[in-house]
Amino acid sequence: MIPKLEVKHLSHSFHSMDGETRALSDISFSVKKGEFLAIVGPSGCGKSTLLSLISGLITPSDGEIWIDGNKMVGADPRIGYMLQKDHLLEWRNIFSNACLGLEIQKKLNEVSKERVRKLLMTYGLDAFSDMKPSELSGGMRQRAALIRTLALQPDILLLDEPFSALDYQTRLAVCDDISMIIRSQGKTAILVTHDLSEAVSVADRILILTKRPAQIKTTIPICFPDNANSPLLRRNCPEFSSYFNDVWNSLREGGVS
Amino acid sequence: MTEQVTSAQLEFVERQMKRRRWVTIIRGLVLFVLLGAWEVGARAGLINDFIFSSPSRIFFCFNEMVRDGSIFYHTGITILETLISFFFVIVLGIGGAIILWSNQMISEVADPYLVMLNSLPKSALAPILIVWLGANVRTIIVAAISVAIFGSILTLHNGFSNMDPDQIKLIISLGGSRKDIMTKVLLPGSIPMIVSNMKVNIGLCLVGVIIGEFLVARAGLGYLIIYGSQTFQLSLVMSSIFILCVMSGMMYMGIGMIEKQIKQ
Repeated sequence: MIPKLEVKHLSHSFHSMDGETRALSDISFSVKKGEFLAIVGPSGCGKSTLLSLISGLITPSDGEIWIDGNKMVGADPRIGYMLQKDHLLEWRNIFSNACLGLEIQKKLNEVSKERVRKLLMTYGLDAFSDMKPSELSGGMRQRAALIRTLALQPDILLLDEPFSALDYQTRLAVCDDISMIIRSQGKTAILVTHDLSEAVSVADRILILTKRPAQIKTTIPICFPDNANSPLLRRNCPEFSSYFNDVWNSLREGGVS
Repeated sequence: MTEQVTSAQLEFVERQMKRRRWVTIIRGLVLFVLLGAWEVGARAGLINDFIFSSPSRIFFCFNEMVRDGSIFYHTGITILETLISFFFVIVLGIGGAIILWSNQMISEVADPYLVMLNSLPKSALAPILIVWLGANVRTIIVAAISVAIFGSILTLHNGFSNMDPDQIKLIISLGGSRKDIMTKVLLPGSIPMIVSNMKVNIGLCLVGVIIGEFLVARAGLGYLIIYGSQTFQLSLVMSSIFILCVMSGMMYMGIGMIEKQIKQ
């Protein structure tokens, strides 16, 4: 079977007047359709750079990215990107914020509007459609941001620490919420995070990067019993702490501390 | 809102209201005492009322001008000139700032020139403008624009450049172009900044108009001030200044009201 996304020998360097910074070095991995991949690594190792490359926001110095067996050129509509903060625009209401992507891609019509309405309804935001973002809680705002991304019907979702701006309790709930939405939509997802327990609780597989220039250190497949199907339930499983320790140990060998 | 209001809260509100009342009373009192001292001083001959005029003389002069309608004519001219130049400053300011924002190269090249032109005393340009454009309204308006435009471009461009880079990333990740960044986040997000910039500019335009009127006008408050001082009608000068005070205050408040509307 052709993998949904394939990253082949990806390398990237940043240039400034002070010199060259190698961020990524020869990264290769693939993601199956419907898989939830988490990427962890020491801070500043280039995790976010990797997502920016996959999203097509920046062009890699070396290497290729393939989607559905085709080489990707520039930004691809099959990829949706969720940033750290929700960045809902305060001068638009929730509905019009959710339509922003469609508006930009000139795909805003009655059909797509109806789709956004349905998404808002499914995820409990229909009552807030006409409200300003500041009237919503952090969790609901993040959900609205996800709907803005989902409205464009991407196959692959890139999540760049999407919960890190929230306080801890909200964070657990929103992580649960968002990852369930992504799974129920059957999307392929790549989550970048520095929170190991978050990675273990949502992912099917965890990719561990070394410090800069980042290389893939190990891959840890995560497997929980079928009935532990949400991040919060997973956190209560006995397997959780052993996975956590695995990830922690292999990160430490990479020289975090 | 069925919460019980405590007596401490009531006391606090009471104290605040009382303080605000006093501020208003003292403000009025300051004006009253100053005008009173001026008037008494003039009548008692402590100050020469031919040079210093006096509140009553100013009042009669003002009254006279209202009766023959000349005050409305001159005030109208000044307001019109100010609004025209203000309009140009807004359009050229926003346009210039967008050009600088959208092209890094242009912005770096233009920067030292703009900084220099901004710090140049614009009244020094007025004689050149008269030679180039003639002694007419055009010169007044260009002079007014020149006072405000450079600072306006610099301020707006600085504000545009401080935009959150993640917002740009958001628009690009949604498949947007540079134009989308401008129309979807840059401009709508900058409205509060643009309005506060307008507050500064309306005052600067008025300064420019008065400079222009001093030099070339046949009408307007600046003309009245120069005419009055040259013919030693100090009451006319003072009346014009008084109208200018009220006018600039009202223009400022007008933009303040627009600002409030936007915030809602």
